[in-house]
Amino acid sequence: MTGPMRIGCGAGFSADRLDPAVDLARDGELDALVFECVGERTLAFGHRDRRADPAKGYNSLLETRLRAVWPLTAANGCRIVTNMGAANPEAAGRAALGVARNAGLEGQIVALVLGDDVTDRITPDTPLPHSGCTVGDIDRTLIGANAYIGADAILPALETDASLIIGGRLADPSMFLALLRHRFGWSADDWALLGAGILTGHLMECGAQITGGYFADPGHKDVPDLAFVGYPIAEVAADGSVTITKLPQAGGMVTMATVKEQLLYEVHDPASYLTPDVTADFSAVQIIGQGKDRVGLSGASGTLRPDRLKVTVAFDGGLLAEGEISYAGRGAVDRARLAAEITETRLRRVHGVTEDLRCDLIGVRSLHAHADYGTGGADTDVRLRVAGRFRDRERAEAVLWEVESLLCAGPAGGGGFRGRITPSIVTHDAFLPRADVPTRVEVLRT
Amino acid sequence: MSRTAPLREIAHARAGDKGDTSNISLWVKDPADFEAVRLQITAEAVRQHFGSQVQGTVTRHEMPHLHGLNFIMTSALDGGVNGSLNLDGHGKSWSFILLDMPVELD
Repeated sequence: MTGPMRIGCGAGFSADRLDPAVDLARDGELDALVFECVGERTLAFGHRDRRADPAKGYNSLLETRLRAVWPLTAANGCRIVTNMGAANPEAAGRAALGVARNAGLEGQIVALVLGDDVTDRITPDTPLPHSGCTVGDIDRTLIGANAYIGADAILPALETDASLIIGGRLADPSMFLALLRHRFGWSADDWALLGAGILTGHLMECGAQITGGYFADPGHKDVPDLAFVGYPIAEVAADGSVTITKLPQAGGMVTMATVKEQLLYEVHDPASYLTPDVTADFSAVQIIGQGKDRVGLSGASGTLRPDRLKVTVAFDGGLLAEGEISYAGRGAVDRARLAAEITETRLRRVHGVTEDLRCDLIGVRSLHAHADYGTGGADTDVRLRVAGRFRDRERAEAVLWEVESLLCAGPAGGGGFRGRITPSIVTHDAFLPRADVPTRVEVLRT
Repeated sequence: MSRTAPLREIAHARAGDKGDTSNISLWVKDPADFEAVRLQITAEAVRQHFGSQVQGTVTRHEMPHLHGLNFIMTSALDGGVNGSLNLDGHGKSWSFILLDMPVELD
């Protein structure tokens, strides 16, 4: 078993597409298919869902994905590894058994990786070093806390005969590293190999972001058949070197440029990328084109892993209120500006709003309000957006009310009001000794 | 003869976030242009370009063998995606702010 290992990535975030994963499961000739579906927000909302209904709190697309993919991977001898368990891996496991029953999938083993939920270990005295305070200083309701757990926690699940491995806050690249450690027998302190495995995981974990997704800039960086961009496949050798590719019939492309952009995506110091498994070092990575849609990487390394595990502590962040209305034609920008002034004035004086408010003129100046960008002509098509964040629902509703009332009482020609109130969260980082985060594996059978 | 071009003509970039910190990696397409970019697109120049959006520091890491630069900007996302009122709280669109910087080429 020392030939290269073929691993696909079927999802790079919680709401990612389904059809590219099905293609990989059917045609990828894969040893494993990874679904990376957890972010700070999805996890926090998972905790909230779980509190409302103990059978919820995992990725809402879990059943849809498994129904479409698991019969194919099970038939092809490919394992699925995923963190779609989010805030409730046990419930995700039961849901997976239900999918197997309905699909007539017999004799499958599901392994759950548990122990990342450390909500019970968080106290008012828990330090939040990056924020310079403790949990008790935050003055918000604690929603949940999860430690980023690594390959050590996942390996025992791979040592079972499970065709499906589900966890919660499994660190994104660690899911790939665990598969590689299991296949090649890399030891837990071979930092150079662990760093190389993390490189593979890091490149793969965002799915299409390495195969031409999130890359196209027409006329400058064109991508073929982007509507059907294929998700990535990594072919990893026992020495940790990797080739990134995709299914030949899928859209998108794998080039030196798509790989470079992903290499440092959300990376700060390339020589020191912290994971639960290793401090990975990408600074001397070599990238070599190996023909159409094949790019090879080698030279990743690593040093000692951090001695503590990072924990995301999520708190209730109140309500984000957004109200929008559009103006078009001559003088549209002046009318939208007047509408913004009226709304802000009335929110302050009539509704007593003291929180920060943000007024964007979408089409003229919105995303880049701090830079001197996008100041278009006065005669255009512009959308006013008024946004604020509130603990109090009445104030959030006042934002929507005031923008909507512009329809009759604001400047001329306003139309297309839409408003929404979205629950939001606030997260802070804590750090726990590894000994405080014991993990375990639970095995279920279909 | 020298000419001035926006970075977008000679380079590509991708932005990402961690909390209130934004990072943008910048990759020069033609190795012959890398030195000009390295000399002109300094951490300080990027700080100036982003103006009041960046309340913290800008640090630059170099990947010369891949003709890449990585800019780390702290206190740069209005508190981060969970607290920001910006439609693009992740600052994902900022790669194209960076690519608007002019660079003088030989």
